[in-house]
Amino acid sequence: MNPKLTRRRFIKGVIASGAAATSTTIWYSANGQSRPAGAVERMIRININGQMRNVDVAPQETLASTLRYKLGLTGTKLGCNRGECGACTVLVNDVPSYACSVLTHSVKNMRVESVEGLEAANGDLHPVQQAFVDELSPQCGYCTPGQVMSAVGLLRSNPNPTREEARQGMAGNICRCGSYDSYLNGVMRAAQIG
Amino acid sequence: MAYMHIGKDFVPPDVPGKVTGRIKYAEDYARDGMVYARLLTSPVPHGRVVDIDASAALAMDGVFGILTADDVYPDGEPQSPGLKVLTNEPTLMGEPILAVAAIDEKTAEDAIAAISLTIERLPFVLDPLDSLQEGGENAYNGGNTFIFREGFAEEKWTADQVASFRSGSEPTAEALQSWEYGDLAAGFAAADFVHETTFSTAGYPHMSMEPRSAMAYWENGKCYLHGTSQSLSAIAEPMAAIVGVPLEDFVFINEATGGGFGQRARAGSIPSMAIPAKLSQKINRPVMMRVTREEEFTIGGARQGLQGWLKVGFKADGSMSAMDMYCISDNGGKGGGGDANSAAAGVSALYQTEAMRFRNTSIGTNTGHRGAQRGPGENQIMAVMAPIMDKAAESLGLDRLEIRKLNAAQNGDVSGPRSTPFTSAYMPEALEQGAAQFDWEGKKSRARQTNGSKVRGFGIGQGYHNAGRSGMDGIIRLMPSGRLQIHNGVGNLGTYSYASTSRAAAEVLKMEWENCDVVTGRTDRHLPITSPQDGSNSIFTNTRTCFGAAQDLLAKMKEIAAMDLGGDVADYDVDGVRVHQIADNTVGMTYAEVAQRGMELGGKFSGESDLPEELNTLTALSVSRLAGSALMGIYHDPRHSNNPPGFTVTFMEIELDKETGKFDILDLVTIAECGTVVHPQGLANQLRGGAVWGIGLSALERHLYDPQNGLPASSGFWQSKIPTYLDTPAEIGTGWVDLPDPENPVGARGIGEPSMGAVSAALNAAISDALGGHMFDAAPVTTDMIVNHIAGISEDATPLAQNNFRG
Ligand code: FES
Ligand code: FES
Repeated sequence: MNPKLTRRRFIKGVIASGAAATSTTIWYSANGQSRPAGAVERMIRININGQMRNVDVAPQETLASTLRYKLGLTGTKLGCNRGECGACTVLVNDVPSYACSVLTHSVKNMRVESVEGLEAANGDLHPVQQAFVDELSPQCGYCTPGQVMSAVGLLRSNPNPTREEARQGMAGNICRCGSYDSYLNGVMRAAQIG
Repeated sequence: MAYMHIGKDFVPPDVPGKVTGRIKYAEDYARDGMVYARLLTSPVPHGRVVDIDASAALAMDGVFGILTADDVYPDGEPQSPGLKVLTNEPTLMGEPILAVAAIDEKTAEDAIAAISLTIERLPFVLDPLDSLQEGGENAYNGGNTFIFREGFAEEKWTADQVASFRSGSEPTAEALQSWEYGDLAAGFAAADFVHETTFSTAGYPHMSMEPRSAMAYWENGKCYLHGTSQSLSAIAEPMAAIVGVPLEDFVFINEATGGGFGQRARAGSIPSMAIPAKLSQKINRPVMMRVTREEEFTIGGARQGLQGWLKVGFKADGSMSAMDMYCISDNGGKGGGGDANSAAAGVSALYQTEAMRFRNTSIGTNTGHRGAQRGPGENQIMAVMAPIMDKAAESLGLDRLEIRKLNAAQNGDVSGPRSTPFTSAYMPEALEQGAAQFDWEGKKSRARQTNGSKVRGFGIGQGYHNAGRSGMDGIIRLMPSGRLQIHNGVGNLGTYSYASTSRAAAEVLKMEWENCDVVTGRTDRHLPITSPQDGSNSIFTNTRTCFGAAQDLLAKMKEIAAMDLGGDVADYDVDGVRVHQIADNTVGMTYAEVAQRGMELGGKFSGESDLPEELNTLTALSVSRLAGSALMGIYHDPRHSNNPPGFTVTFMEIELDKETGKFDILDLVTIAECGTVVHPQGLANQLRGGAVWGIGLSALERHLYDPQNGLPASSGFWQSKIPTYLDTPAEIGTGWVDLPDPENPVGARGIGEPSMGAVSAALNAAISDALGGHMFDAAPVTTDMIVNHIAGISEDATPLAQNNFRG
């Protein structure tokens, strides 16, 4: 025991390390690539980007895993796989949701939209996507699909947000490149053109 | 100068792929027969693997194989402090020991659970000063420091020496590294204001958004590696060496990189990419290794923490006459870095210190792998220096802006231990522009005004980084279709410099950007060498190579035209579509025709002979594979002279709540002094992104380790804690000086790193201002520290603590 370890610092350390200690377990169980002994896999139908898709989903499988590894929709990114970053944001019945933290079985009767579903049939970008291009909102781009989906969700519920409302609405999406200001410019532009 | 492309916005070709999700990062690829690797990582912060019994794991259904350090290093692990691919001698918690490949990750994980690992637990240490003290533990097996060309060594101070440093005194032990210039004693003797203090700045992880996942497969003796990097071509050769495959049989594929910030610039900082490559070779199947956030924290790199002492003197007129700095640098469990050296050199550059002494000793701890992180050293020290500049101004009766202008670097100035001249420098102009845009004169009287529990604080920050290299190569091709293919090995990590530097070639050839393609994304597209694309150097370095290659191509176009159409080379010019006689522009050839003709002529025109002698290995290989395919421009960039600086200035106003210790940034204006602006939107993004990073450095981010077990407690985004939308202002004002640098053909220099330092400095100064000039001499200054200060409680449970809470 470190003699300088005060009770307060020890408690802080243990609390803060809790998430770290459990993260690997979450990762494997979320991946849903194999079935735990005794569990029954099920073919389910889910509405993704307006299409009904049949997919074989393990009980513990997250929506992010289904999208990325079963349906090949790799636009949905995993930054943390534990509900901290928003890179995996999709819309479930129009509500921005962390796909890494939603079980696929729980969205069976709901509408799921990922970044791949936004473009028009003629290939035109969604106004949010176009505004993000015009404002050069992305930097590395890894958080971008999640930012796009949060912005689309925000503008559906509030088509003309103030900048402060947009900031609050986007606050569940981290950008390590720090492109927040450029994303907000994109959201405000999309509200104008959308 | 009026440019066609330089200084103009454009849509970089990868942006649509980023907003649609179509662009692929390493983990987005799949391959038939692909299996999955998982890692068994060190359960202790310091240990020695005694035995690995994987027999039960290897007998499991769906398990294909195992890779250990003995496979990777059959002759023993290199005795160096750097990250290993896998190790039997872990020096940080979570360091990869072995990898198992299986049909899926769950099976791989089950197999790992079935492995019997016997590991000898060794003593660990988390704070460099605890290790430095006599009797303190050593982070490494051979000591607590690494001496270049000598190896591991043990460095110890007496308990009194450590205690006296912790209590605020100048260290008395001899440092392992030092430099000095000018007459330090005379500098202090001439000073009217002298400030002496200890300081500490925290280490913290890079936390790039994309974990460093990688996928590899082998085909016809070639290794194909999907990975992540800051430069495809700088990574290629050393990565091939780590994998153990000849460069010509190695293909590195990296269309997009989800953040680098210094720890994906060199193969040595991402050796984990070799794990799927070597496993794939061993089991003859494609292997995907997905890296978790926690693993990314562990092997993804971290900024060095500094524990330091400094003494600085100012003359009555405000000029900095002397600076004495002594640092203990935290080298973590692996790696190390030159943060302290860069910090000292940065002070010399920014404040034009007349005499200076720098001393440093680097000490290992069993904490995260250390290496360069955005503005390593400069950005920490500027946060410490800014409040000192304000105190000096106050003591000498000067305005805070004036004291900075007085010490500012200008054309003709020099800096550092070798008195290296700047290629150009316009810091006074940047300060003036920032002051005008922010309205410093109009606002500064609001400083320290209160409104209930809230108080205003103002800060001016300055940032610097040496921002440009040379000695790299360029390859461009004019195709028989008339299109220009610009081969560029710069990584695509969000600065868009892979595209914006390519536009220097289009500029020379006066071509519309729609007629140009940037060829990048994988090394079998035959890329020229670039620098590792760290150190804010891409804009300076790669505009030089693209410009040079285009000049070579232009000369060849004119030579062909003169050969076929008569006259002298000097009689010809280009207009973006045709090479034609200047006197009679009806006499000429289209770009498509001249390209076709170049291919027919062969030899030097198509890259088959007369190549520049000093081409780098990778470039030479690429040229040999492209030879004969087009009219080619090939260039080796000679070394430039002097120091191309990137400078920044930030003005900031905050409102700090003395009840909660929290603050809001009410206004933030940040100005770049980086030569001619190449890509305004890209530059604005670097300034905004750097601002967010600066806020993280000065207010939020730090390593935390559980002192009892050495467990990392900040391995997630949340605990780390990187800034969010709500930690940063809703709008960040940007601007630039835009004066050309003579050492670059389009006048440009880099900016990515100093964009952060000015903001970290301004924020620390603003917090200090709001608290009546109190100096924490630290970064970050957390809300806990602010509240403790206001309550009159000591800010530090253990002075200068590293990798732990300060309060
Ligand atoms: S990946 Fe889902 S929140 Fe980070
Ligand atoms: S653009 Fe890189 S993380 Fe947001």
